[in-house]
Amino acid sequence: MAELTYREAVIEGIAQEMRRDEKVVFLGEDIGKAGGVFKATVGLWDEFGDLRVRDTPISEQAILGAAMGAAMTGLRPIAEIMFSDFLAVCWDIVTNQIAKSRYMTGGQVDLPLVIRTANGGGARFGAQHSQSVENWAMMIPGIKVVAPSTPADVKGLLAAAIRDPDPVIFFEQKSLYATKGEVPDGEHVDEIGKAKVVREGDDVTILALALMVPRALEAAERLQAEAGISASVVDIRSLVPLDTQTILSQVKKTARVVTVEENPRLCGWGAEIASIIAEECFYDLDMPIVRITTPHIPLSSADELEDAMIPSADRIFETVRQEVD
Amino acid sequence: MAKKAGAKKKAPDKKAQLNDDIGEENRLTMWRLQLEVRQVEQRLHDLFFQNLIKGTSHLAIGQEAISAGFGAAMRPDDYTFCTYRGHAHTLVRGASMTGMIGELMGKECGMLKGKGGSMHLTDVEHGAMGSYAIIGAHLPIAAGAAWQAQYNKTGQIAACFFGDGTTNIGAFHEALNFAVVWNLPVVFVCENNLYMEYTPISEVTAVEHPAADRACAYGLPSIIVDGNDADAVFRVATTAFDKARAGGGPSLIEAKTYRYSGHSRADPATYRPEGELEEWMKKDPIPMYRQRLLDFGVKEDVVSGIEEAVLKAVDEATEEAKASPPPPLESAYEDVWADGGASWRN
Ligand SMILES: Cc1ncc(C[n+]2csc(CCOP(=O)(O)OP(=O)(O)O)c2C)c(N)n1
Ligand SMILES: [Mg+2]
Repeated sequence: MAELTYREAVIEGIAQEMRRDEKVVFLGEDIGKAGGVFKATVGLWDEFGDLRVRDTPISEQAILGAAMGAAMTGLRPIAEIMFSDFLAVCWDIVTNQIAKSRYMTGGQVDLPLVIRTANGGGARFGAQHSQSVENWAMMIPGIKVVAPSTPADVKGLLAAAIRDPDPVIFFEQKSLYATKGEVPDGEHVDEIGKAKVVREGDDVTILALALMVPRALEAAERLQAEAGISASVVDIRSLVPLDTQTILSQVKKTARVVTVEENPRLCGWGAEIASIIAEECFYDLDMPIVRITTPHIPLSSADELEDAMIPSADRIFETVRQEVD
Repeated sequence: MAKKAGAKKKAPDKKAQLNDDIGEENRLTMWRLQLEVRQVEQRLHDLFFQNLIKGTSHLAIGQEAISAGFGAAMRPDDYTFCTYRGHAHTLVRGASMTGMIGELMGKECGMLKGKGGSMHLTDVEHGAMGSYAIIGAHLPIAAGAAWQAQYNKTGQIAACFFGDGTTNIGAFHEALNFAVVWNLPVVFVCENNLYMEYTPISEVTAVEHPAADRACAYGLPSIIVDGNDADAVFRVATTAFDKARAGGGPSLIEAKTYRYSGHSRADPATYRPEGELEEWMKKDPIPMYRQRLLDFGVKEDVVSGIEEAVLKAVDEATEEAKASPPPPLESAYEDVWADGGASWRN
């Protein structure tokens, strides 16, 4: 095991797959010589060169369109969209083209590609560079949606995404880039579509994704220490496919469930999961399902405002303590 | 130069003309392809009015010389990307007529198994990499296919067809710049039929030639071709493909043409000035090409033999498509994912 940052794990995941498979190519704005605006691609251009790591113009439709055309003719491209907010300017390529082409052509087209993007808030960037948009992607049939919370998951799930025969959007939480964690040595490939129980508990299940996972874990420790409440924490990791088995079994065990979502309230991923729980294990529940989300507002840039809007460990702790009591 | 006294006026050497740089074989291919496109389009139009085809369709009647000229100039492993007005471009790559007619009729035999319809015809096996119905989207996608060819040094090219209206959307400009800076083997072809849906392109475009006048912005030569003359199209296509295969990068070609029907099935095209259609029908690519072949000395029975064979093939394909059942309901749950299924949870 080596200790890596989340951003180093991105580099390692891409490098591992590019060394293994010549078909893997990488394109995006400032990803090559400059090493990426989040420094999450440093060294890749030096190792793999101009032909495989290609800087692009500021042309998001061209970036994703080219990735699609290359994927459907035999390459395995990784495309970077610098901030997930910018998916809005190339959403046609994502939702109308990439997501639907296999289906619409009766299965003629393969689209093994990965869209990597920096997602989420916490960096005081304001409403156009801070959104959590994983729920946009979750609504579209035909794309897999992954959002890791630890360096080990970044490397393993990114490798799995690159090897996946279907298109994957890979959401990297930008406030996590500097965080550290143990990453297995040697080749590391995880499985997309499996949630992880990161803390076992008996009284309540907290479902979380990406940046919300460390905050849920911190809250769970305090719930144990300060309120005697034993919380399970499930890292969802992949919204599509969704590991409902793991989620439902934890909910049945604890009979209480809270979702913690960074996205604004309406149509957040927690709403879909809450509806599945309500349909499939309503009678196992001892309390209504609770959703903790960013309010349904755009994010502000001021420290105090942004911090007060995105669910914090404090807010998770307080909400769970009140609801479970 | 003054004529030599007593020199006999030489009759044109028909054989030499027929076997010029284009050659007899390519010309007969283009003759067949133009007929296939026209006959299939007319049949689709008829089937609509018999209510055997639902939804919409965008016919390329009048524009056949473009698909035929480019189609004949392509290598079998080259890529075609086209729009919802894409029956022609898909057909000229060798796609099955039954699969095409069946797809529009919503039958199991459809080339997309009834899941795409008129606007999404695709035949990957023949290099027809899709018909795209969101304006402009397929220009960068074609650039991506060309990137694959460049990366793997396969010598393939991607040909990308779109309308005049498409030159005003951002994806056109992103794709042109991108293809030039990456020096990709892609040929962009604007079929300028003078109209977007109902609005004349001249009313909404800053320049006179919507594609050709923009070429200079991307460091490309301005190329305009008579889109109703298959030979002229074939020549311009061959030049652009050769350049792309030799590592010379992309081209942008504007082909001037006209569609005889409205934009789509629902459009009676009343916005066209009186007499415009009639003027263009005088330049109909099909009778013009027929006459050229005869002038070049091709025998009438060869020319009409191809006509008859095409009509017979269209008749047979129509009957086969009519006889095919609708797609099975389970098929709606197939092919969302590479594993063949549609599952999003365990
Ligand atoms: C992004 C987008 N905007 C609008 C439309 C609706 N639309 C379909 S075809 C068309 C006209 C396109 O004109 P042109 O590019 O000249 O192609 P033509 O139909 O003449 O072949 C329009 C506006 C669309 N499909 N996609
Ligand atoms: Mg037009």
